[in-house]
Amino acid sequence: MVEWTDFERATIQEIFSKIDSGVVGPAALSRCLIVYPWTQRYFGSFGNLYNAAAITSNPKVAAHGKVVIGGLEKAVKNMDDIKTTYKDLSVLHSDKLRVDPDNFNLLADCLTIVVASQMGQAFTPDVQAAFQKFLAVVVASLRKQYH
Amino acid sequence: MSLTAKNKDTVRTFWAKVSSNAEAIGADALSRMLVVYPQTKTYFSHWKDLSPGSSPVKKHGATVMAGVADAVAKIDNLTAGLLNLSELHAFTLRVDPANFKVLSHNILVVLAIMFPSDFTPEVHVAMDKFLSAVALALSEKYR
Repeated sequence: MVEWTDFERATIQEIFSKIDSGVVGPAALSRCLIVYPWTQRYFGSFGNLYNAAAITSNPKVAAHGKVVIGGLEKAVKNMDDIKTTYKDLSVLHSDKLRVDPDNFNLLADCLTIVVASQMGQAFTPDVQAAFQKFLAVVVASLRKQYH
Repeated sequence: MSLTAKNKDTVRTFWAKVSSNAEAIGADALSRMLVVYPQTKTYFSHWKDLSPGSSPVKKHGATVMAGVADAVAKIDNLTAGLLNLSELHAFTLRVDPANFKVLSHNILVVLAIMFPSDFTPEVHVAMDKFLSAVALALSEKYR
């Protein structure tokens, strides 16, 4: 069981209540596809991903970015048992989507950077630690059902 | 994943914009690393104060960023240019090279915070590649 301090709980709730999922999700996913281009392998059906401008303006990327944030919001609502909450999502990523789980860390890093640029100085070292701990638990839960 | 000519130009242009803040960037990146990745504190047991923004952290952040500035200037041949620094890290400091990635990540986070509109995805990928190349050059003499 993951132990969350009061500060960590409050910080995660606050971040997700403050960020605009319609902005952060698309920004993080498009950044991931640009900074780590091999992640594009999972989005063959998304159309034009030929350059940064195409990726940033691609409506399917934007829509999927929102889906990803929606998934994270589920974890925020169930912080005390993300592992169980994500059981089906983990099976989906493993058996159907067949995503190399190392990619989860790449998207997590892009999310950290996008949230940092949105929050500015409010993204203190302690806030960063809480956010990265949350993402680490999310990633571990998504990896859990891989076999 | 070597640096293209375009990557190098992007790094040089971006560095010119941000280099006047190098000391602040270094101090913040190091502060974050010590808080978010507490295992990195093991390299600094000789410091009195490891808290964010403390004087040894600030001083060392400046030292690290001076190294980064040097690397920008030597971007066309990092392995040769950073040979002395590599020997220092390999034989004297013996920092586990996995930590180079950790500090690089924190430098990128600070750049995103301090320069949100300039740190575009294109700048991000160029800087990430550059810091990876610096880490590789620093690892050169390890074994």
